Amino acid sequence: MSNFRSQSLFTIMQKRLIVFSSFLLLFLIGFFVFREQDSVGQESIPVTVDFNYHVRPILSDRCFKCHGPDANKREAGLRLDTEEGAFAALKDDPKQHVIIAGDPLASALYQRITSTDTAEVMPPPSSKLSLSQNEIAIIKKWIEQGGEYKRHWSFIPPTRPTVPKVDKSLRAKNPIDNFVFAKMKEVGLTPNSPADKESLLKRVCMDITGLPPSIEMQERFLNDNSSNAYEKIVDELLNSRHYGEKMAISWMDVARYADSHGYQDDGYRTMWPWRDWVIHAFNKNYSFSKFLTWQLAGDLLPHPTKETRLATGFNRNHKITQEGGIIDEEYRIEYVTDRTNTFGKAFLSITLECAKCHDHKYDPVSQKEYYSMFAFFDRVPEKGLVGDIQLASPGDPPNMKISTADVRSVLSFINKKEEGDVTVMIMQDSANIRATRVLKRGVYDQPTDTVDITTPAAILGFTSFNEKNRLGLAKWLVSPEHPLTARVFVNRVWNEFFGRGIVKTVGDFGMQGELPTHPELLDWLAVDFRESGWNIKRLVKLIVTSATYQQSAARSKKKQQLDPEDKYYSYFPRIRLNAELQKDLILSSAGILNTEIGGPSVKPYQPKGVWESTTSGRGELARYVQDDGDKLYRRGLYHFIKRTAPPPSLLIMDASNRDQCEVTRLRTNTPLQALVLMNDPQYLEAARVLAQRMAITTGTPREKIRVSFRKILCRQPNEKELNRMEAYYQNEYNKFKGRPERSAALLSAGEYKQITTADPAETAALMQLNHMLINLDETTIK
Amino acid sequence: MEQQEKKFRLNVTRRRFLTGAGLGIGSAALGTLLFKDQLMGKQELNSLPLGVAQFAPKAKRIIYLFQNGAPSQLETFDYKPLLNKMHGEELPASIRMGQRLTGMTANQDKFPLVGSTFSFAQHGQSGAWVSELFPHMASIVDELCFIRSMNTEAINHDPALTFFQTGAQQGNRPSMGAWVSYGLGSENSNLPSFTVLLSRGRGNGQGVYSKLWTNGFLDSVHQGVVFSSGDDPVLYLNNPAGHDRKSRRDMLDQLAQFNAESFETIGDPEINNRIQQYEMSYRMQSAVPELTDLSKESDTTIKLYGPDCLVPGTYAANCLLARKLSESGVRFVQLYHQGWDTHGNLAGDMRMQAEDVDRASAGLIKDLKQRGLLDETLVIWGGEFGRTNYCQGKLDAQNYGRDHHPKCFTLWVAGGGIRPGTIYGQTDEFGYNIVKDPVSVHDFHATLLHLMGIDHEQLTYRHLGRRYRLTDVAGTIVPGIIA
Repeated sequence: MSNFRSQSLFTIMQKRLIVFSSFLLLFLIGFFVFREQDSVGQESIPVTVDFNYHVRPILSDRCFKCHGPDANKREAGLRLDTEEGAFAALKDDPKQHVIIAGDPLASALYQRITSTDTAEVMPPPSSKLSLSQNEIAIIKKWIEQGGEYKRHWSFIPPTRPTVPKVDKSLRAKNPIDNFVFAKMKEVGLTPNSPADKESLLKRVCMDITGLPPSIEMQERFLNDNSSNAYEKIVDELLNSRHYGEKMAISWMDVARYADSHGYQDDGYRTMWPWRDWVIHAFNKNYSFSKFLTWQLAGDLLPHPTKETRLATGFNRNHKITQEGGIIDEEYRIEYVTDRTNTFGKAFLSITLECAKCHDHKYDPVSQKEYYSMFAFFDRVPEKGLVGDIQLASPGDPPNMKISTADVRSVLSFINKKEEGDVTVMIMQDSANIRATRVLKRGVYDQPTDTVDITTPAAILGFTSFNEKNRLGLAKWLVSPEHPLTARVFVNRVWNEFFGRGIVKTVGDFGMQGELPTHPELLDWLAVDFRESGWNIKRLVKLIVTSATYQQSAARSKKKQQLDPEDKYYSYFPRIRLNAELQKDLILSSAGILNTEIGGPSVKPYQPKGVWESTTSGRGELARYVQDDGDKLYRRGLYHFIKRTAPPPSLLIMDASNRDQCEVTRLRTNTPLQALVLMNDPQYLEAARVLAQRMAITTGTPREKIRVSFRKILCRQPNEKELNRMEAYYQNEYNKFKGRPERSAALLSAGEYKQITTADPAETAALMQLNHMLINLDETTIK
Repeated sequence: MEQQEKKFRLNVTRRRFLTGAGLGIGSAALGTLLFKDQLMGKQELNSLPLGVAQFAPKAKRIIYLFQNGAPSQLETFDYKPLLNKMHGEELPASIRMGQRLTGMTANQDKFPLVGSTFSFAQHGQSGAWVSELFPHMASIVDELCFIRSMNTEAINHDPALTFFQTGAQQGNRPSMGAWVSYGLGSENSNLPSFTVLLSRGRGNGQGVYSKLWTNGFLDSVHQGVVFSSGDDPVLYLNNPAGHDRKSRRDMLDQLAQFNAESFETIGDPEINNRIQQYEMSYRMQSAVPELTDLSKESDTTIKLYGPDCLVPGTYAANCLLARKLSESGVRFVQLYHQGWDTHGNLAGDMRMQAEDVDRASAGLIKDLKQRGLLDETLVIWGGEFGRTNYCQGKLDAQNYGRDHHPKCFTLWVAGGGIRPGTIYGQTDEFGYNIVKDPVSVHDFHATLLHLMGIDHEQLTYRHLGRRYRLTDVAGTIVPGIIA
């Protein structure tokens, strides 16, 4: 601003321009300050500028595209992603250096980013990237302080940090709290008081099993005053067979699980036994190292079994085409690409896919290294196209038959009722099937140099691993020197519970990803997890028994201001239940949930025409044939996923379309979500059945309302709420009284067995009340 | 209360603005969608979110009449008499130049050229050639701009459609409509900004897939919402049996009270957002059926689109519905009409397909024009690739087929910002290669966004470490088609 004021001799026109630009500048600065607050939690330039936290994010985002790891696109031979590059002499002017430690004004980097000459200034205007004044100031200060480079944080293997001490009065329950509370103290926040018992119970139930606590459980917990009452509940939940189902949901997103092949006519596939295995593996608490090793390389173990081979279905869950005219090799390459990219995202949280067509622009992964990773997944004796939709099979080779005898013996966790075999796709390597080559620009018919099978050196070399195949790759992942595997997994689990990762970009731990908000906590959790033998249930228990997790969700105005995103966890975040769990909650509250585990996916209610309006008419999935009976009441994770027309009730609630590996879901708030909760027969039916069950009990309407409320919201209503609900009930009752036809119409919802009640108007009014409760914001929040 | 609520709405908007990825412009667009009345005057509705340069938009809305399956350019708008002369002769290798073939004709030992069985004539001031299949479209050629030099990278339906709609053959990227919704927000607070209409003709069909109208990594408020005429215009819109508007209102009032109370104790601004979403769904429940009810259309209108427009689910009905949605402020109306995949029986299939789409397509243009909307509405008509100049399968006296051809095809655009009566680009005499002014799919996208007032290089969204855009890393605006 002062710059503008000091220049006083301008024409009116120019002044106007200045007023406008000052306004713009003010606005932009305002914007930046918000952003700044958002990303590093400080309004001004930090006292000590840290390369990893303050500088690299700027360089990576604005400079690496042309001055980064991609050798082919590097301009002027200058690279800023390495220390050597940053302190080197300029190629075209050897007297000048990019950076001179301590002297920004003499550093070419600083001269260029502050140049007023549009031909000189960096980034060039044509890039449509620019640096803010604040960012320039950070770079200046960093150079003044010596311009120290550091390795990217996520590539340095984690070591167990010292647990910080915190004030006793904060009542830390385990080391998670020490880290979180210490950070809060730094920014002037204190934790919330513990949540009330009912809220906590619902939260932990929805988080561990995905099913709400029954009234019996609510009572038991409320009346248990022992010091380990909560821990008993946690143990009970972790031992429930529904724990595996809850955990499987997000893994199915990661593994892009679906019940159809995914392209064009979109034929049927039978990968559900693989999904049954995932549930089983979580329930048996397989260590994460075993869990990933079997999925990556169960076929390559010294003594593979049917179970370990079934687990490898993970790498066959990708889409497969049945479009008649395609070229076999083009799609085979697609599948290998999908596996490689999924590996990068699921286990490394590195965007490997960026290096398929050229060297990675931001992360140290060359194109050659991409194809070296690709080589692990390139040995499958598979075809790009097996046949057109008429010839489509539910499981293309390599595959494995699962017989009834298997299910009675070695694969007892598979819920197969039908006679006859089920075919699942699995992984297999053929010896010397092909040499993997770099594909020019990633195009299938432009192979160039042959590559060795290996891993990106910047993450961790591969030389010390004997098996040069997927088994070696799995061992590489779980080796103690690996910087990413444990961090990535604990971060994703954390994200499940807190709705936000310690690294917010759950799928990107690279240069362009966000930095961890609590780096020491992340490392502590990662090392602890690895050293515990990759014990997943132990990790979950650690999280849910922390005081951080047990806080109340109330946010004061101060917290709303200081911590609007809840990145300091100064209150428990209110997180909407995901698509599947919303359904599970309501069906369970109404007592109509079918708790069967596993088996072929089911086709519950769905609006007419969703499949029919998109299909060409070919293939066995052209028409949606809804299931009946028990199958209508299965948990949401068993909903049949036809990839080209996924279930709208789930998709509208932000479920994945299972097109490719997803490690987190969006959480949106849209009018279509309101329409689903108001009009989907599944929810109306739940409201109806619960109403009928209430209607045949004895008691006053007020007592019945109270029970409904406890079942749906998992807490007791207060008097005010009861009064309001009773008034609503009464109002609805008056609308239905003496109008049996209207009551009957309302009560016709769903196929679940009708229960005859004495006064249909009472039942209808109770149903309206239940339905209103189902639609409450609180109901859909965990 | 009102003041407080307003403040919290602003809070929500600001918070979303701050937490959105990258520039946060999508979140700003969301704010526009939800709170436009509170935050900005109506005149500013078209303004782009922060961070994207805006120039005066020439079009405000797009209607895309996607001819799914790929209609042959050689039987419709790209007249090649040489093919009739050389009918049955082999395609010269000098023309084919090693072009990739699909798996369906790769094993053919002969590639006999085949001329159109339909006659062509020139029309209008522009003298555009149109085949006998499209008499109605022929009557409006001076409103249209034909791009005869479209080309694509994909040779099969799924990747080609996905490429046209999302700018990439593979991957779960946002659809064009989602990008436009993200960039410009909505003009109507009772309707989604991106809607999809589906129909199927009598020809050989290729399905469509919901990933074509996906929001990809953008906020799901930008997801295409499938509409239809008839009883159930939007999924889950209708009140179930036994419910009426009054009972819904009562329920919403109850919900609002409970939710407001939660807000009092918890302080989560998302609760207020949710109250708003319920209110919007309630408004949609009355606004949508009103809009999709075609029964009140005048006889003159029905005549324009043809009598089929009263049959729900037909292409004609969808064209009429597209006009109504667009007129009501829906930014992007995406139609798909299946049935153009003429590998065989081209003569019969093309005629049936043309009967279904000709009148209604032309009718839509005329209707927009008479309502004074054509100037601000951009209409696109075309498929995902072209078809070969040689015959697929058996060439006999009555019939033939054509395989997929990515190297050239024709589509037309009309309305907002388009130079009417234009023929842009040229193919060789064989109708196989482009000889002048090629237009790639990325170029086409860049131009569409330009007409909507958006710089395609600036409409980006940062996701998993990189800035994505509809045009990926390519796209050059085509000035030759712009008025």
